[in-house]
Amino acid sequence: MGEIRVAVLQFPGTNCDYDVYHALARVLGVHTELIWHTLFRGDRYDAVILPGGFSYGDYLRAGAIAAHSPAMDQVREMAKEGKPVLGICNGFQILTEAELLPGSLLPNDHLRFICKWVRIRVETTRTAFSNQCQKGQVLHIPIAHNEGRFFVDDRTLKELVENEQVVFRYVDERGEPTPEANPNGSVSNIAGVCNLEGNVVGLMPHPERASEPILSPFNSNDGLLIFFSMLNYISRKT
Amino acid sequence: MPEYVVEAVIRYKPAARDPEAEVIRRDLLLKGGYGMIKDVRSGKSLRMIVEASSPEEAKQIVERACNELRIFNPVAHTLEVRVWEKSA
Repeated sequence: MGEIRVAVLQFPGTNCDYDVYHALARVLGVHTELIWHTLFRGDRYDAVILPGGFSYGDYLRAGAIAAHSPAMDQVREMAKEGKPVLGICNGFQILTEAELLPGSLLPNDHLRFICKWVRIRVETTRTAFSNQCQKGQVLHIPIAHNEGRFFVDDRTLKELVENEQVVFRYVDERGEPTPEANPNGSVSNIAGVCNLEGNVVGLMPHPERASEPILSPFNSNDGLLIFFSMLNYISRKT
Repeated sequence: MPEYVVEAVIRYKPAARDPEAEVIRRDLLLKGGYGMIKDVRSGKSLRMIVEASSPEEAKQIVERACNELRIFNPVAHTLEVRVWEKSA
């Protein structure tokens, strides 16, 4: 197996690209490249990450314009080939707008930008970004968003649960997905989902901001589990 | 070719909560004595000037654009398209 190569996509307005780069390249020592979206070629990479930010100023809807970038055809191709694709925050919004992930991310129910540490529970370990976690494990990871209210209709929610596509849920200190632990009004406390195959994952929390103990009030680096899972998934496949 | 004013109104589906509209009703309308206004839904309106041979065609063009380019998100939104003739 050659060196693993990971792309971090940059759209106009992306602002978490360097944080993801830092976590991957400097903390984990993975070959990582920041790529402007118009220059992106998926066949050069083993995985792609769509980082957070405000692509295209969130005009129309968060992620709606970036979802039409030619880069998304490349991302779609990578997804089809089974390569890991991760959307973090605005990246998650882009992946839903591009219909690579189910659901939609609406403005928070309290209509305010929210920035705080939350607990998320791992609901499935079958994905490219959760296989190094334990099912039911609770991770400390921060959120920072205005449009994080995950929405699907009841029928789709049932399908997501049946197909094990709910990857993370917001939970309280006892690990329960209570209304009080739900920071934005997401249906069923959902913080992250995957596609049917499990190689495309999106989540609102920022694992890159939880990748070193110095960044965490809990002295933790839980976010690394998500990136370790990606590396493990790539190593197993090749 | 005549021009038409076409308005695309994007609203949340009934199943999705609309907190902005809830606040407008609860904290403005009800407190202001407008209890007879029973429901409010907020939305986004896009006003477009469209060159077309008929109002029907102008409406179809905008509906097609909204669907093809996902100007509304069918997961969470409904789309209403209205058309009228542009005044000189």
